Amino acid sequence: MANFTDRIQAWRDGGAVVWKRTRILRRRLFIFLAILGPGVITSNVDNDAGGISVYTQAGAQFGYALLWSLIPMTIALYVTEEMCARMGVITGKGLSDLIREEFGFRPTFFLILAGLLVDMGNTTAEFAGVAASMQIFHISKYIAVPIAALIVWVLVLRGTYRQVEKIFLIACTFYFAYLFSAFLAHPNWLEAAKSTVIPSFHMNAGYLLMLTALVGTTIAPWQFFYMQASFVEKRVGKRQYGQARADVIVGSVTCMIVVFFIIVCTAATLYVSGHRNITDAGEAALALVPLAGRWAGMLFAFGLLNASLFAASILPLSTAHVICEGMGFEAGIDHKFKDAPIFYSLYTVMIVVGAAVILIPRAPLYKILVLSQVANGVWLPIVLIFMLLLVNRKDLMGEYVNSPTFNVVAWLTTVAMIALTLILVYTAIFPNSAAALSALIKW
Amino acid sequence: MLHATELLGAETYDSAGNFVGRVNELFLEPADQANRVARILLGRGKYLPLMARYDHLAFVAPGVIKLNVEEKALDYFAPNEGWLAVGKDLLDQQIIDTSGRKVVRVNDVDLADERTNGTVELRVTQVDVGLSGAARRLLQGVASPGLIRRLQQKLPTRVIRWEFVNLIEPDPLRRVKLRITNQQLEQMHPADLADIMEDLSPAERQAMIASLDEESAAEALAELDKRLTKEIVETLDRGKAADILEEMDPDQAADVLADLAPQTSQEVLEEMPGREAREVRALLQFDEDTAGGMMNTEFVFVGDTATRDEAVSWIGSRDVHLEVLDTIFLIGDDAKFSGSVPTARLLLAASDQRVAELKSEPLLSVPPSASEKEVVDLFDKYNLRSLAVVDDEGRPIGAIAVDDVVTRLKRSQ
Repeated sequence: MANFTDRIQAWRDGGAVVWKRTRILRRRLFIFLAILGPGVITSNVDNDAGGISVYTQAGAQFGYALLWSLIPMTIALYVTEEMCARMGVITGKGLSDLIREEFGFRPTFFLILAGLLVDMGNTTAEFAGVAASMQIFHISKYIAVPIAALIVWVLVLRGTYRQVEKIFLIACTFYFAYLFSAFLAHPNWLEAAKSTVIPSFHMNAGYLLMLTALVGTTIAPWQFFYMQASFVEKRVGKRQYGQARADVIVGSVTCMIVVFFIIVCTAATLYVSGHRNITDAGEAALALVPLAGRWAGMLFAFGLLNASLFAASILPLSTAHVICEGMGFEAGIDHKFKDAPIFYSLYTVMIVVGAAVILIPRAPLYKILVLSQVANGVWLPIVLIFMLLLVNRKDLMGEYVNSPTFNVVAWLTTVAMIALTLILVYTAIFPNSAAALSALIKW
Repeated sequence: MLHATELLGAETYDSAGNFVGRVNELFLEPADQANRVARILLGRGKYLPLMARYDHLAFVAPGVIKLNVEEKALDYFAPNEGWLAVGKDLLDQQIIDTSGRKVVRVNDVDLADERTNGTVELRVTQVDVGLSGAARRLLQGVASPGLIRRLQQKLPTRVIRWEFVNLIEPDPLRRVKLRITNQQLEQMHPADLADIMEDLSPAERQAMIASLDEESAAEALAELDKRLTKEIVETLDRGKAADILEEMDPDQAADVLADLAPQTSQEVLEEMPGREAREVRALLQFDEDTAGGMMNTEFVFVGDTATRDEAVSWIGSRDVHLEVLDTIFLIGDDAKFSGSVPTARLLLAASDQRVAELKSEPLLSVPPSASEKEVVDLFDKYNLRSLAVVDDEGRPIGAIAVDDVVTRLKRSQ
């Protein structure tokens, strides 16, 4: 007995030593965790309902073949997001603030108007995601969507920035649902790993379109506004810029890891068994049940629900922020309703309209999804160019302007993004163009 | 009344009726006159831009300006730091509305045109921060000026008179050149000032603290979010930081210093004068979450044998902050704490009444090691305004005021 208590004591002492020795490490970790937030949240919201649909299709149609694109996409995501993080930290101003101050009223107004329309469509798509994910649980959308809208609305209206951020960070961890889903699907890990590192390119229209869609859904314009605004609202200063950048890196990498598991999961099941014509993530969850078991399907649906709810709260929030900042109204969830009426009204209207559209019987949901994607694509190049012009301004950024190398990478990314999204927009507007494109490739 | 956006881009003709160029910018020269448009910059495409003076204007209307001199008489444009550019420094920028105590964004600048014997003087009267200014900016050049004006009348207007506009200019040299003073900001309540600072960007905030007088800066800092205070003090030059902290109550100064890195806090303390530094150092030794960390070392005490009149005249002879006058502490012959008297009771007492008869029951005090919770419980139970902190021998060493307790409670929520 004495021996036992001695051992416990020794174990405790050992613990105390470790606790002491790691003090600096823990302190650093704590500082990092305190800054952690805007980057991780923004990147993960990227994997929203529309995104998950696309990843599902990519895995179902092409198996592991598109996995290689995740690495360049991680870089593109990091490069673009880092510029916003840097602008937020250094200038202490939001992206629409800066655009207004440097480019004047009219460009800002139209940018914001476009943003409102695009985000309205996206929000609607998120509620469509809620409805789709509840299919597997046999819950009617007429119950699920209004409840979801209410939860989302109350969350932001009642919370402070810090509380809301904590909830969002917890939501980020729920993306692990896809990890479990992927393991339950028993994929061929070796092949998945190989396809991730070794690029394989196929000159066929369907493949190219899917690649374009992957990029288009992963890098969305509103996320830049949201990220910069949250760094500003969190008052991250120059001194913590290193941590802010780490936050962005962690965000872009975790975002892509989630995408990886979604593609692997659907590749191992839907692709292998020949269910290759899946059109949305809700359908995929249902199809997973006979293939990988009930749990895999439910986890998949749960991931979709989480992602949709998460994005449905952030999108309207971000939009209200952008509009109020640019037009000079009070904004931010740390204000009371009375102090920022326009901000809260915009937020409310977007949620109500977004949810209401879904509840219209026989609403053209698919068309809404496509349209919102097209709008995203048109909006993105403009925002990226504004960003690049601003981040290179010495009078705003001082020594923190882009380095020449970074500029080359950033402009290349921008041009590639623009080209890819233009293809996406074109094919979305002219559905027959896929055939035309494949004819062109053959020729 | 004219709008700056109607004049920017206006076609300008000289006295002979020849086209000179388009208005690129309107400049005020605050060193000369606070609100008069002193210079007008005329762009001429590939030719060097010219500059018209305030006494060159013969006629001004939306979109058109006529000069009373020939083109030859105009000077070439030379930039001047001391000029305030209406387009670049005001339009679309944030300003502080000192009457509404808010940070707002400028949509348009309104000008009055005063005709005096043959020339027209333009004076800035107010800035437009409302919807009507926004509508003008959107429609300018697309719809006819008349239509815009009619539409504007239907929209709600929000304007700020020029006297209440405070420019946010981070560069201290340019502030001096533009004659930007902080008088109105310094007269504001520190809590409002702190709210305004929270809306600014870090550079602007820093500039504002550095340009305010030390007393206002200290008061505003004490009201500011803790993280922001830390950031600001760390970035300030040590001497300036010491000057500001010196103006704070010692307990507030100690709170600020406790948050800084030990090295920085040491450097700031070294810059502070001996007596203040000693007080703050003494406070810094206490844990922030105890009575010692909450207390203020500045408090008023009188001997318990004094009469009401003696007490009042003694207090009057001392240079004390009004905030610490809520409660007077009594000490006995042995210098030990013997009671506290609310000032209100002192006010109503007869002039020869002994202060000892006025003291509150029961006799309450805490040691500096008492926890925050014990302190809060005492304030709650006895509805205190102020509580004495005593050392091991029962001598008063500080006092905790109710506003310190409220701040703590709010923070821990």
